[in-house]
Amino acid sequence: MENLGSLAILLAFCVAIYSTVASVVGRLKSKPLLVVSARRAAYVTWALLTLAAFVLVSSLMRGDYRFSYVAEHSNRTLPMLYKFAAWWGGQEGSLLFWSWLLSTYTAVVVFSNRRRHAGMMPWVLAVLTTVQTFFLLLNNFIANPFQMLATDGLIVDVKDGNGLSPLLQYPAMAIHPPMLYLGYVGFAVPFAFAMGSLITRQPGDAWIATTRRWTLVTWLFQSTGIMLGAAWAYHVLGWGGYWGWDPVENASLLPWIAGTAFLHSVMMQEKKGMMKVWNMVLISTTFFLCILGTFLTRSGVVQSVHAFARSEIGKYFVSFLALGIAAVIYLILERLDYLKSEAQLESVVSRESSFLFNNLILLASCFAVLWGTLFPVISEAISGDKISLDADWYNRLMVPIGLFLLFLTGVGPLFSWRRTSVDSLRRNFQWPGIASLVLVGALIAAGIRHFYALISFGFCLFVALTVIIEFYKGAHAIGVKNHMNLLRATAELTHRNTRRYGGYLVHMGIVLMFIGFTGHAFNLSEVKELNNGDKMTIGKYELRMVNLAQGENENYAWHRATMAVTKNGEYIDTLEPEKRFYKASRQGTSEVGIRQRPNEDLYLNFGGMSDDNQRAVIQAYVFPLVSWIWVGTLVVILGTLVCLVPSKIKMQYARTEIVGYAKKDATVQK
Amino acid sequence: MKKYGKFAALIVVVIGTLVWLATAEMKDSQTYYKTITELAQMGDKAYGARVRVGGDVEAGSIKHVGNQTVFVLVQEKSRLTVAYNGSDPLPDTFKDGAQALADGKLGKDGTFRAGKIQAKCASKYEAKPGMKPGESLPNINRS
Repeated sequence: MENLGSLAILLAFCVAIYSTVASVVGRLKSKPLLVVSARRAAYVTWALLTLAAFVLVSSLMRGDYRFSYVAEHSNRTLPMLYKFAAWWGGQEGSLLFWSWLLSTYTAVVVFSNRRRHAGMMPWVLAVLTTVQTFFLLLNNFIANPFQMLATDGLIVDVKDGNGLSPLLQYPAMAIHPPMLYLGYVGFAVPFAFAMGSLITRQPGDAWIATTRRWTLVTWLFQSTGIMLGAAWAYHVLGWGGYWGWDPVENASLLPWIAGTAFLHSVMMQEKKGMMKVWNMVLISTTFFLCILGTFLTRSGVVQSVHAFARSEIGKYFVSFLALGIAAVIYLILERLDYLKSEAQLESVVSRESSFLFNNLILLASCFAVLWGTLFPVISEAISGDKISLDADWYNRLMVPIGLFLLFLTGVGPLFSWRRTSVDSLRRNFQWPGIASLVLVGALIAAGIRHFYALISFGFCLFVALTVIIEFYKGAHAIGVKNHMNLLRATAELTHRNTRRYGGYLVHMGIVLMFIGFTGHAFNLSEVKELNNGDKMTIGKYELRMVNLAQGENENYAWHRATMAVTKNGEYIDTLEPEKRFYKASRQGTSEVGIRQRPNEDLYLNFGGMSDDNQRAVIQAYVFPLVSWIWVGTLVVILGTLVCLVPSKIKMQYARTEIVGYAKKDATVQK
Repeated sequence: MKKYGKFAALIVVVIGTLVWLATAEMKDSQTYYKTITELAQMGDKAYGARVRVGGDVEAGSIKHVGNQTVFVLVQEKSRLTVAYNGSDPLPDTFKDGAQALADGKLGKDGTFRAGKIQAKCASKYEAKPGMKPGESLPNINRS
């Protein structure tokens, strides 16, 4: 068993290399059988990696502590679910997970396109298997998950393992890494198609049409993964935040931002034949940021909450990134002629322009986050001092960026292509604009003086109204024509053009999330040492400690406070914040007590015992509007799912004008 | 080409604002990562700058004085006295021999005043390839 895993990944490594070579040679020398064999090799790679994954997971489940990975990331008392989740709990296992996912995606892509894109597919496969080979190189020679524990050349068994980090023993956290990885790895596919298209000098946008759904699903996984991480931080870490601009959080955000920019700018290419070079650059950037993200998470190059130990793995990632980026730059420059734009920008107030600024801002924020994340590395290289930037720096930068994006979310979709008339501006924005100003006025009158919060609430209402009006106008027209009630007409409207109205839904979700983010400006916090019967107050709440208890079970020891919550003299709830200390990993965790309501959360954390061990330190917070973030996330997910449903009416977007190189091959894309 | 002028102007304004936001008051956001030895070598620059310093908690050095906790961080041969007076309770993992990270400022008296302490007990199977004992900053988790 212990050799089977190693053998499987070694064979997979060889087969992946074969697949790359056979695919390229088969295509260049026009030997279809060789291409077919490359395709089958991709299936074999998947089968071998599945076997390896099975070996690793089964040793985790059985508790085979001769494996050093199992000893480090699992222990006997760990619940079964988390024994499984330990697969991606550490560096070696998670890299195997990456490899396995990539091989699965490759197999799916190859199978579903086996009769299509005959010219491009061998290259697509070659790109995917090249990435696969790199990860298998890591799996085999740098971070082998099948390393055995040995002394004096003999394999030894230890009685029990270190256990999975207790912070990760939480359901959202068990699925957060796979979600993110599904996203990280998924972007390899549109990237491979983009490269395939570039290498074979495809005239049209076949790569975009083929990978549109794929990109959306990938983006969906990544969004979900990021927000699961945020929810996990909020519910588990006990500091009450959901985002701390931690390097690893940033690592997941970077490809997401670039991917979001890509999803928007491909519309320009599909509908206007513009921004072709830019899209190539964007999808490549997204993919390399995914690789960088994996690297940041796995290398510990910057200190972080999620830090893994510093390892040798860094230079391999850096080399791979450097080679990959150089190759892509060369390809794009070499084939610039094939990427000529078919239309020009005409007006600053146009859909094209709003896409342009959307991209500019997203990319600028991406760069800012990247700069901040790598600042310790950069500053060390320049001045010798390792300097990190704190969350304030990010917030100072990202809050205005976020607000500007929110604004674009509102106006962009309502600008017309090419140029927008003053009349249409007034028609679309008059009432939302006035309503927002009224809201801001009312908030100032109510005593709110926080500048960004006022702007944010104003924009939120503005965007929400423009979206609602769009739905209403469309649905009303359909309803009158077909004698439907408004609800059914809305469903019909959405079904007719799922991309557009799904997109609006996503924007609506973003608005809800921004409302939640804005609540941050009004947070309250209070810390007090309490004993049985002691009281503290925060905001409108009065907290009384009714019981302070402690105990232990086989997995962890705990302290728990039972707090009775009263509001305006009336008893409303009991919260039980708890502090745990896990034995196997010797780490502490917080089980916070949260009373979640739409307007605000009351959040209690058991900070620890006081120095004399007599009283409990209770950290109490009031977080307004936090729940809106989670609701907004669900709306974003729903909207993305709507986008994936095929439209009832196939839209034909006639290109406005087709000139230049691509003209003779241009086709009308759906 | 007049319309491109407008685009260029808008882009310059946007980028300029962002660069200004990124660099203004950047000093306040900086934290130096230093070892105890490096901190000693920083000289006058060390006073007033925000520093994160890591090391092991010297056995028997933890004392509670009033509402302050005073302890000594050691790293190889360097020692640093740290006074902690932050509002959060010290983590459970903060014990004799634990690896700790202290965030704060060095006082003129040579005592490091920390507002935040992170700590981690040595794990059972510590040995990892490619990791030297001294250089490994602990896998710190906020707790």
